[in-house]
Amino acid sequence: MLAQPFFPFIPQLHIPDGFLSLAVAAIFWLLSLVFVAVGVHKVQKTFNERLIPLMGIMAAFIFAAQMLNFPVAGGTSGHLLGGALAAIVLGPWAGILVMTSVIAVQALLFQDGGLLVMGANIFNMGILTALVGYGLYRPFAASRRTVQMAAIGVAAWFSVMAAALLTSLQLWLSGTSTLNVVLPAMMGVHALIGLGEALITVAAVSFIRQARPDLMGAKQVREQGGWGWVAAGAAVTLLALLLTPFASADPDGLERVAINLGFMHAGQDAPYQLLPDYTIPFLGESPISGILAGLVGAAVVAALVVLMVHLLRRSSTLTNRRA
Amino acid sequence: MPIVHPEAAQVSAGAEATSDNALDPILQIERLTFAYPDGRVALRDVSLTLHRGEKTALVGPNGAGKSTLMLHLNGILNAANGAVKVAGLPTSKENLPRIRGIIGLVFQNPDDQLFSPTVFEDVAFGPLHMGLPEDEVRSRVVEALSQVDMLEYQHRLSHHLSVGEKKRIAIATVLSMRPQILALDEPTAGLDPRARRRLIELLRERSETMLVSTHDLLMVRELFPRMIIMDEGRVVADGPTEELLADEPLLQAHGLELPRC
Amino acid sequence: MHIDAFDQYQESDSLVHRLDPRVKVVVTALFILSNALLPDGAWAGFLIAFGLIALVAILARLELWRVVKRSFIALPFALAAVTIAFAAPGPPLFSFALGPWEFTVTVPGATRFLSILLRSLLSVQMAILLTMTTPFPDLIHAFRHLRLPHSLVAIIAFMYRYLFVLSDEALRLLRARAARTARLDDRAVGGSVLWRARVTGNMAGQLFVRSFERSDRVYNAMLARGYQGHLYTLSPHEMSGFDWAALGFFALALLALQIFARIG
Repeated sequence: MLAQPFFPFIPQLHIPDGFLSLAVAAIFWLLSLVFVAVGVHKVQKTFNERLIPLMGIMAAFIFAAQMLNFPVAGGTSGHLLGGALAAIVLGPWAGILVMTSVIAVQALLFQDGGLLVMGANIFNMGILTALVGYGLYRPFAASRRTVQMAAIGVAAWFSVMAAALLTSLQLWLSGTSTLNVVLPAMMGVHALIGLGEALITVAAVSFIRQARPDLMGAKQVREQGGWGWVAAGAAVTLLALLLTPFASADPDGLERVAINLGFMHAGQDAPYQLLPDYTIPFLGESPISGILAGLVGAAVVAALVVLMVHLLRRSSTLTNRRA
Repeated sequence: MPIVHPEAAQVSAGAEATSDNALDPILQIERLTFAYPDGRVALRDVSLTLHRGEKTALVGPNGAGKSTLMLHLNGILNAANGAVKVAGLPTSKENLPRIRGIIGLVFQNPDDQLFSPTVFEDVAFGPLHMGLPEDEVRSRVVEALSQVDMLEYQHRLSHHLSVGEKKRIAIATVLSMRPQILALDEPTAGLDPRARRRLIELLRERSETMLVSTHDLLMVRELFPRMIIMDEGRVVADGPTEELLADEPLLQAHGLELPRC
Repeated sequence: MHIDAFDQYQESDSLVHRLDPRVKVVVTALFILSNALLPDGAWAGFLIAFGLIALVAILARLELWRVVKRSFIALPFALAAVTIAFAAPGPPLFSFALGPWEFTVTVPGATRFLSILLRSLLSVQMAILLTMTTPFPDLIHAFRHLRLPHSLVAIIAFMYRYLFVLSDEALRLLRARAARTARLDDRAVGGSVLWRARVTGNMAGQLFVRSFERSDRVYNAMLARGYQGHLYTLSPHEMSGFDWAALGFFALALLALQIFARIG
């Protein structure tokens, strides 16, 4: 973000609160929670007590590595997002947990990215980058060095492009941006940013391979993730490749597809509205309708309060020590 | 007489240095040989015995194997050959929880030793993982921090501390486990003179058995009656500190130098 | 520059500081959710929400303008929402020409854009208040008690501890590079872009290897103090009557806000 006092180099993918609709934020929270839950499960299943401090320090590493930058031209600089690097070096599941921690801490400590939209940020910058970054690298993990490095570069570039694409789509589906502007802008900027990502990732991996070849052996790669990741990574990349030119050339076309698929209400209804026009449709634009809609909104808040109180009560009766 | 040929003289060395309490060995290391997975041999046939209450310095150039030896004391590293016994217990897997309560190992870099967000959590880590009840943990934290004169720091964040403060709190993180042996790796490294002086006074007051790895020969002369010199993975000398420090050819041969003052 | 400058926590003994961190986390989340539920153009609702921000800031003895100023960090992202001001169909508000192009801001477009902006600013302000009044280790405890997965919370705790250590290392690497570079501005110095990218990548690789080795030493230090694969923590917080009252007050305030914003 441009005006950040301390982190002028971080890519513009950290969405702040307010820019995504509740529906989009909720869907991506759900998706991210599934991946994070599986990741937590996988990590616990390994019974490797080393992993927790390792992943914590690796999250701090990604955070610190995002500060490293190099001048490109005209005041812009290349820097690292790190999602692909984390997934390639640590494996996709560990990479997802590491990036989740990075994004959570950046939001909580520095307001870099929002809380309600954190699910989307985790998905874009942690999960998608692991899918694409690791998925495209995995088939070449045992290849010749040059092939492998080329694969890593391509994977890192695509990981940033996929994140930029999904961010644009989320903004558009939230009724925050118009697709014909946000998509070319985001993709254009990130085509460059992705280049920086690719170059740094390749150089970093090749340094690690020289200094600590034991960390990147074939055995580690086999243990970290299988061919499911390759399929998923290839599918996401293919989808992005097909979607981007179509959407750029014919944003209205994509909008029609979205409407047909039920993502957006036809006509003028903006997709960001949880309650259409903030009134209850069959009551029309009457004050009663407004009050009822208000009550529905209030009910959502109330339900969450009850849930939270429940959690607080449960946790205060817990024993004082927990594993 | 300093013993310069270790293989022949190990057994007598321990006895000679601590003849008054020779019946109570608390740490016994016998013929320890260890190589890292990359093939680098770090320890070669190391033997030594520490008796209860004995204060011993471990000196030698970088890479001599001092830190590797420290990691063997509580079974973090396990040598293929040789044996380590702590208070009579061999460092086998089932003994490790007890042994780790007996030996308080403080690492060289306090940023590695202090791994929790706050000072309180770090000092509580040891007692908590020994399975002590909450009240006991809290009182031990207060006790340990008072002993290093850092009680008012308990709610501070570890990354806000100076090196000297970190080093003292690092010692508190093992004092809270009430160990019988303190094994400290380079406790005065990187400290300014005042912080170093405070740390020396702190160590002087402790009654635990001590094995302290250091380059600070002035501190060795001040605090440790016995000194062990290691070089290239071997114990090359083991004896009374004053005698070894007076043997300039010996010191020179192993890259050591006592500052003049 | 030392990395500590990043820490926004403001030491104080105010009511807000003393509140249980779980309450603060829950209230912040509810507040941000409530903003998301406010309809576009619910100006009165946004104003009341800002009133809550002001109330918390005053109770926390923080200067409101500093909170507001800091919340502007989210403003650049508003660029992404500007187009909606022109795109939403409806009666025109005003038009202006920029070279050969004519732009028309519509009333619903302007309403939508301003609403997004206000939602964002208010949400960021509450998050800032949370950070300024709660030490991060307390937040970590709150997550643990709100039943987030323990391994994830433990990872975050380690990350927080080493964030500063590793960021200092990264800054040292950058300084060392700057010291060896003749000119420090952005012009092409020290070889091609590719070469500079490789130097930066090597720095990242170096930082990675050091971090990895550090994690080994940290693990050893944990083992030495009895770690056997399970992390235990003490619970320093108990919900008091005041904590419950504060939670109740905020929940009611937000409920009222939701209703008022739709009829007002």
